[in-house]
Amino acid sequence: MTSTPIRPAPRPAATSQRVLAQALLELRLLVRSGESLVVTFGIPLGMLVFFGTVDLLPLDAADPLDVLLPGSIAVAVMATGFVAQAISTGFERKYGVLKRLGATPLTRPDYLVAKGLAVAVVVAVQVVVLVAVGTLLRGGVPQAGPGEVSGALWLVPVGVVVGAVTFTALGLALAGAVRAELVLAGSNGVFLLLLMGSDLIFDLPEVLDPVVLATPSGALGIVLRRGLDPATWSDPVLAGRPGIALAVLAAWGVGAVLVAARTFRWEP
Amino acid sequence: MTDAAIRVRGLVKRYGPVTAIDGLDLEVARGETLAILGPNGAGKSTTVECCEGYRRPDGGTVEVLGLDPYRDGDALRARIGVMLQEGGIYPTVFPPEVLATVARFYADPLDPDDLLERVGLADSARTRYRDLSGGQKQRLSLALALVGRPEVVFLDEPTAGLDPQARRRTWQHVRELQGEGVTVVLTTHLLDEAEELADRVMIIDRGRAVAVGTPAELTTGEQVDLTFSADAGLDVTVLGAALGATVVEERPGHYRVHGAPTPAMIADLAAWLASRNVFLGALRAGKRSLEDVFLTLTSETSVAAEAAAAGGRRRRR
Repeated sequence: MTSTPIRPAPRPAATSQRVLAQALLELRLLVRSGESLVVTFGIPLGMLVFFGTVDLLPLDAADPLDVLLPGSIAVAVMATGFVAQAISTGFERKYGVLKRLGATPLTRPDYLVAKGLAVAVVVAVQVVVLVAVGTLLRGGVPQAGPGEVSGALWLVPVGVVVGAVTFTALGLALAGAVRAELVLAGSNGVFLLLLMGSDLIFDLPEVLDPVVLATPSGALGIVLRRGLDPATWSDPVLAGRPGIALAVLAAWGVGAVLVAARTFRWEP
Repeated sequence: MTDAAIRVRGLVKRYGPVTAIDGLDLEVARGETLAILGPNGAGKSTTVECCEGYRRPDGGTVEVLGLDPYRDGDALRARIGVMLQEGGIYPTVFPPEVLATVARFYADPLDPDDLLERVGLADSARTRYRDLSGGQKQRLSLALALVGRPEVVFLDEPTAGLDPQARRRTWQHVRELQGEGVTVVLTTHLLDEAEELADRVMIIDRGRAVAVGTPAELTTGEQVDLTFSADAGLDVTVLGAALGATVVEERPGHYRVHGAPTPAMIADLAAWLASRNVFLGALRAGKRSLEDVFLTLTSETSVAAEAAAAGGRRRRR
């Protein structure tokens, strides 16, 4: 048996090293958790493939995939940022993991940034997979026809990043405020509401447009569709909205960060 | 400037209407081991958590390594090691990965693999935390507290729920820390643990320190009695006359002789028992056990608590 003396000499590591170590652990745990993989990868990918091959949804788009691809990307961002983070963080709090980490040099901002990094990596992989599968099913990339506004593909990464931050903040706001069991039920319930209150996979009646624009899920959907759905390129009304939608999405994020900062408890 | 690792003055901590800590003073020298003893709910964990920076005191001052744990938490946390009473680790994590991750929070940590072997977890590398035994969980928690090479280590009931063998192994780790000059604060309600490990013992009850001293100081009280165990139902009046002292049967088979336990008295007692062919179970003279001190100092509370609990049960019925 080796016997390394302790020789007291405590010094914190650099912030970047701490954050990276924690982010890698978060990622490993995320990949290891089967339930979490079903939510983060299974649901959006399943939606895309199922509704993309079986013509069930009453979508008036030229190709249902034009709606489904941005929709499934939005669902992936919500599932990873909101549902998965809310649940894992809620249980980490319950198990005292957050309290335990609080006694190490990992600061609270370190922890939150590490979580954000882990979400970013997962979302990036999701977007790549979804775009690849969507393009494959559709048989090519959507092209702008003559006289149409060109596709604003840049809106996709911007929307994904702003959306990931917003939904992660919403998830943490929920996880920090209520009991883990409530987080489990609540996050799934809110996820469903967000899904129904958006244009992500259904075409809601036009009277509900303001509602859709006001929800974070609807706003994210609008931004992503403007980037990927050719139907929105020729429609001046739809084409003009991504700026407002992006602002709505960001406002939700700022609100969630403010709420989380006030209500988040680190102890069980 | 000062060689105190921890200095607490007049600490007050309230939870709503309940005063958990009521004017507590405490000082631990560098390299010293202090055991905080007390019944459940006495304020042991609250005291430790005020020193770790988890709780903001409602009154008094707390200084650990010259820093205010609540205000200067970020600076202090790198220098202390904390073992929580339970949990605090991801259920699905493997011991080596969580230890390696926490090690990377420090610039100059212990080697995680070495440490894992040292606490006897090298063979559990492929077992998830939730599948470890109680003792293994405690040892992983201890390793996490030590990996940053801390100057001060707080161990909150480090051997709770361990079997005697695992307890002794944990004691061995604590002794190694002491040998390396680490300051150790441990809470326990195990008297032998305090007696075994601590340079000084503080007994707290209802948020106040009721006794502080070395185990030897605490057990050498003014009242020195002779206690022994034997068959139940001995005639204490006759025995008392033979010994020239009052004898009380405190519990069936457990006797206390009020009077200085001189060698002559012990000889008389042995002779008296021999004449009746009574076997002697245990005999203690000259020094109170830490358990005696503890029970004497905290008995009022436990009696009151039991009465309250009994009252509560009755009311529910």
